[in-house]
Amino acid sequence: MQRTTTATILLGLAAAAACLTGLAPAPAAAKGTGVLFVSNEKSNTLTVLDPKTYAVTATIKTAKRPRGMQFNADKTLLYIACGDSDRIDIVDVASQKVVDKIADVPDPEAFVISPDDKRMFVSNEDAAELSVLDIASKKRIGGIKTGLEPEGVAFSADGKKVYVTAEASNTVHVIDAATLKLEANIIVGTRPRRFAMTPDGKEIWVSTELAAAISIIDAASNKAIGTVTFEFKGLRKEDISPVGLAMTRDGKTVFVTLGRANHLAVVDVASRKAEDYILVGKRPWGVALSRDEKRLFVTNGASDDVTVIDTESRKVIKSVPVGRYPYGIAIDD
Amino acid sequence: MTRISAAFLFALLLLGPVPATAAALAIGYLELTDDPRYDDKWAYAGLLLAPGGRPFEGAEAGLAEAKINGGMVGLDFTLERAEAADAGGMLAALDRLQREKNIHLFLLDAPDDLVAKLGAATRGKDVLLFNISASGNELRNKECQPQLLHVVPSLAMQTDAMAQYLVARKWREILVLQGPLPADAELVGAFERSARRFGLKITDNRKFVVGNDPRNRDQNNLALLTTGVDYDVVYVADTDGEFGRYIPYATQKPRPVVGTAGLAAVGWDWSWERYGAPQLTRRFFRQAKRQMQTADWAAWAAVRIIGDAAVATRSTDLATLAAYIKSDKLAFDGSKGVPLNFRPWDNQLRQPILLATSNWVVERAPLPGFLHASNNLDTLGYDKPESACHF
Repeated sequence: MQRTTTATILLGLAAAAACLTGLAPAPAAAKGTGVLFVSNEKSNTLTVLDPKTYAVTATIKTAKRPRGMQFNADKTLLYIACGDSDRIDIVDVASQKVVDKIADVPDPEAFVISPDDKRMFVSNEDAAELSVLDIASKKRIGGIKTGLEPEGVAFSADGKKVYVTAEASNTVHVIDAATLKLEANIIVGTRPRRFAMTPDGKEIWVSTELAAAISIIDAASNKAIGTVTFEFKGLRKEDISPVGLAMTRDGKTVFVTLGRANHLAVVDVASRKAEDYILVGKRPWGVALSRDEKRLFVTNGASDDVTVIDTESRKVIKSVPVGRYPYGIAIDD
Repeated sequence: MTRISAAFLFALLLLGPVPATAAALAIGYLELTDDPRYDDKWAYAGLLLAPGGRPFEGAEAGLAEAKINGGMVGLDFTLERAEAADAGGMLAALDRLQREKNIHLFLLDAPDDLVAKLGAATRGKDVLLFNISASGNELRNKECQPQLLHVVPSLAMQTDAMAQYLVARKWREILVLQGPLPADAELVGAFERSARRFGLKITDNRKFVVGNDPRNRDQNNLALLTTGVDYDVVYVADTDGEFGRYIPYATQKPRPVVGTAGLAAVGWDWSWERYGAPQLTRRFFRQAKRQMQTADWAAWAAVRIIGDAAVATRSTDLATLAAYIKSDKLAFDGSKGVPLNFRPWDNQLRQPILLATSNWVVERAPLPGFLHASNNLDTLGYDKPESACHF
């Protein structure tokens, strides 16, 4: 459903232009080092891993309960949502130090940065809100009330819409990124968590943890049009709790962490079928693909480690101990 | 009852933002005046023994959430609270709310005997009752009713959870210390069933009394109560709570204490921190200014289940809601990590049980390795072949 008027688009453009003029000095150029950053929810740290050996090279102290992470566009800065400290910490990627923060963000869990690097959409889990922050001024510029326990946030493929899940309301909210107006509430399966978008912009994939499935939403109609379920020998539906999603750039494959099942599923997008399962650590949630898509990294919350997978052979090549309750992973590549 | 057109609601859904007119579904809440379970005269010299309160605050927390979720599809909810001094009064209140306010869904916060009476008296009526605080096994067996759902876990579910934990730790020899109340005997009965079911050995059952009379020291002196017998663990059945709190760290042998003192099998605990539990605990705390207890959780869950059913069916019609709630379509998220629904053979909500100390959940039952042919949650409580419920 498209309800944005020409006037609001123009307003949005004007706002974007205004933001451009107030841009902070450009940080140092990106290196593309391949260094990995893992947020450890219970040890209040980021673990830094070597891009080749995956050895721990540094541990960065953050504010309390670091979870969602994202780089700015040129990957010079890494933003980390620190829920129990009500703030977003900012790490300088080159020096691997917390250099700044955005304060007074209530219980942030996850967020997404707009493609133009200007704004941040943050799910405030305890406040049932998606707040919008202006990154340059570090000020809140808006907020949209959501269902209970908002978590996953993602942009549509064209950057015009923002989607957010509400875990305890079983909904996906669709928000116009320019006007910040709520466009639709889509009821999905129990406990929706995170997103993956098909590159053609047509489908939105949402993990529904307690429904043991993925809901597929048609972007044009905002309707749920399909599901992916998981069948795994020796496990029942209630033992499978899908959370994290990572889609390949060609839109053909989605990797899904299955939480309590301690496995990662490899799903064929076209047929909507799981075609493989890979044993990882305990309670895997976070998942990220390297830029060359040769490696896949999974954070295992309940075994305090990261599993490294070779995507071609679909084999685990390493398991790396990190901090307590690793949540997310961000790759500087 | 209003039945809302699905097409109309679907249109609202597509429009997204909260519709102007909302259909309200009223939920009744019946409780007992001077319910002894919430009597804070238990406090000695102004010190409160148990930190609980009336679970109405749980229902209010559930209502706030149901309103948010319902608002997205044009549904609203209200709670109508009524109290009475006995079963007759509660039944009259139920009839009045049904007649005057068209209420058909009721939460019951009352002891077992009253819930049994209300269940029997409303059999065949157009109501659906949610038991939120009575955990007796008989309510789910001989006294079961088709229109009575049990959201709070039964005693059997709690003692089965404890038995699984003791078996998993290989603490198989149990000394039972039993208080003088009928409720203590009922709890011991439940634990004895669990012990048989999971292969624990009760090496002795000793009755205690609260007091200092040296002529009665065999029953009031903990050193004597806990000596001269082999045991890996002490199971305390003291529903009053006074004597039970003396027992941990005071047994003659260095053994853990479980039951109504020490490690407890509960439906909810504030320290449970997985599956979104801290968010629920915080929402409740903000509203009630105290920690969420099992009955609070059950009251919250009952209202949320009604709300979820109304949203899922886009209906406020009793028959539609009851059919959905009692079916396996219900996949309620109670922040315990698995989807929950009701057992068709006795209307008990399937759910994990938490084994909690004063500040930590040590385990969640069913424990790994306790398997069931269809749903591992059914290793807790009366399974279908064991049930004496015939609707």
